[in-house]
Amino acid sequence: MSDMNTAMIEKYRNSFLSEVEANVEEGEWVKMCMQCGVCAGSCPLGDAWEHTPQKIFMMIRAGKRDEVLQSDSMWMCTSCYNCIVRCPRELPITHIMHGLAHYAKRLGIVPQGQPTAKFAQLFWNNLMKKGRVNELKLGISLYFMNGFGEGVKTSLKMKDIGIGMVKTKRMNPMEMLGGHAVKDLSGFQKVIKKAQELEDARLAKHGG
Amino acid sequence: MTEVVATNETILVVGGGISGMTAALEAAETGKKVVLVEKRPYLGGRVSQLYKYFPKLCHPTCGLEINQRRAKMNPNLTIITMAEVTNIEGEAGAYTATVKLAPRFVNDNCTGCGDCGKAVEAEFDDEYNYGMSKRKGAYLPHVMAHPMQYVIDPRIIGTDDAQKAKAACKYDAVDLDMTEREIKFPAGAVIWATGWQPYDAAKIQPYGYDRFDNVITNVEFERMADPKGPTGGKIVRKDGKEAKNVAFIQCAGSRDRNHLYHCSRICCMASLKQTHYVVDAYDDAQVTIYYIDIRAIDRFEDFYQTVRAMDNVKFVKSKVANVITDKEGNPICRGVDTEGYHRYENTHDLVVLATGMEPSVAKGDFPVDIVINREGFIEPDAANGGVFAAGSASDALDVNRAVQHATGAALKAIQVVNRVARAEA
Ligand SMILES: Cc1cc2nc3c(=O)[nH]c(=O)nc-3n(C[C@H](O)[C@H](O)[C@H](O)COP(=O)(O)OP(=O)(O)OC[C@H]3O[C@@H](n4cnc5c(N)ncnc54)[C@H](O)[C@@H]3O)c2cc1C
Ligand code: SF4
Ligand code: SF4
Repeated sequence: MSDMNTAMIEKYRNSFLSEVEANVEEGEWVKMCMQCGVCAGSCPLGDAWEHTPQKIFMMIRAGKRDEVLQSDSMWMCTSCYNCIVRCPRELPITHIMHGLAHYAKRLGIVPQGQPTAKFAQLFWNNLMKKGRVNELKLGISLYFMNGFGEGVKTSLKMKDIGIGMVKTKRMNPMEMLGGHAVKDLSGFQKVIKKAQELEDARLAKHGG
Repeated sequence: MTEVVATNETILVVGGGISGMTAALEAAETGKKVVLVEKRPYLGGRVSQLYKYFPKLCHPTCGLEINQRRAKMNPNLTIITMAEVTNIEGEAGAYTATVKLAPRFVNDNCTGCGDCGKAVEAEFDDEYNYGMSKRKGAYLPHVMAHPMQYVIDPRIIGTDDAQKAKAACKYDAVDLDMTEREIKFPAGAVIWATGWQPYDAAKIQPYGYDRFDNVITNVEFERMADPKGPTGGKIVRKDGKEAKNVAFIQCAGSRDRNHLYHCSRICCMASLKQTHYVVDAYDDAQVTIYYIDIRAIDRFEDFYQTVRAMDNVKFVKSKVANVITDKEGNPICRGVDTEGYHRYENTHDLVVLATGMEPSVAKGDFPVDIVINREGFIEPDAANGGVFAAGSASDALDVNRAVQHATGAALKAIQVVNRVARAEA
């Protein structure tokens, strides 16, 4: 358990809802949920995960901190926005789900081997280098996400698609060597730095 | 009846539903001159389209009949039907109303014998039955209509049917030369009682009202249960199958920020009442009520408990996420309940959407300066001057509350015209 997690447990003892409101993006909306169940029933993947948004929001209010933050449900959200458009109380459900995932990640308590979390990290690392996603490198790192053997197997399986993409100019094999950046890479880095400052300030305000 | 004698001591009532009738009668019975303007060809408004009233399960026609008799006996009350207020100008104690009169093509000679209706062939959707049946081009809006006079649909004017209607009438009551007219008259105070309309169920896309025959609304269900209605009181589907397994979906449109902000207050009670219709019709009925929470306020709690105790009625605490259908057209309600988070997919014969009430006049369409709230209902406000809302034009109200509110509005209007009378004396 990370130090930050321990600190948060102490700070918000018995009040997980307050903790979510202070630290999770759009978390202040959770209390608006009236438990109607529309989001749960509208989610195309709802029956594939353990906790639907409706259930997660109830668990937050019931103080089930570990179950919520270590759930892999919010990582399963595909951002289809079905729940958001239907929620009678206009909760930004999709964003709260992502906010919860992000908070769990900050606390360092994401379930081991959670594939979406792993992919998100790869995506972020890839993006940060050149200010744009290098799809070739991202694709390949994705194949090798679960080890070298599986990576080779997946690469071979995808070989023909790759060749097809190169032929139709949908992919440039030269991108493997560094790859091209956004026009103003230092500007991009400034944007990210500023965003990080804003996020830090927001968290500092709540003493997080 | 289009000659209106009015002064600044006259009270104008707009809308002749149960609220407008109540306000008009209460004021007229204190001796005030009242003009009641109703858009439809008959009085009574939406309660005339209900089969039974909660909580007593008595028939609305009973109360309406008493009001109609009071109206007939009162010389202070002038009623104009097929008339719409298009403009109100002035201030408290001195308004001028502009009213557009649509032609009925039938005059006061009409005895209601129905010969014109028999002679005419053209048929149109019957608005009294929310389009669930057809009526003739010359018609009595419904059997208890007041005034008890036929109406000729303007769509047959200029056709052979119009001539047939005229020829068939033994009382020279059919007058095909009537035209739309506009009249203006003064009034000291105005009671605004234009009521409500059902929220357009087709806008609630996941429930498929516009796509599925066996998804209907609660107002349609009222007509279906009525022996005078389109199915002769039989609870059946469009394909003729008896609807024994009926689901009610509560808050269809209400309490939903994508649709109506407010709780419509009456639809929980309406569905509990309509549950009686189903269990009374079939011994092997099965009713399911999907709800967020049941709002059977104060004295209605007993009514709720009675239904709750029925063993062929199931309450599922869940707002249905969506409705799909199977090959036979049976609607299937899908969702997750809140008592255990169980995922369900339940097949029914018929789904009734408990659609809410929205104001019948759209926000931008009021022909008078008046304060409207976020929900579109009229807000009590000093800025409204001598214009007072009555009944469901002010909020989603049941009949009991609408009538109480209308009586209060009558008192407010009387105070205004009394001030005028004192100033003129
Ligand atoms: C499914 C359902 C079931 C219900 N069952 C019950 C029940 O069992 N018991 C109960 O107490 N309540 C019930 N209600 C509620 C009840 O219908 C209302 O309380 C009642 O209709 C309110 O009457 P009103 O006169 O305010 O409005 P309305 O009945 O809407 O009357 C308004 C009148 O104004 C007229 N009008 C509109 N615009 C104009 C205009 N511009 N110019 C002139 N005239 C105009 C309309 O034609 C209408 O005649 C039910 C409602 C629903 C939806
Ligand atoms: S749809 Fe909205 S109000 Fe309903 S349970 Fe989900 S989050 Fe809560
Ligand atoms: S009365 Fe019942 S069904 Fe109607 S909006 Fe309110 S809670 Fe929903």
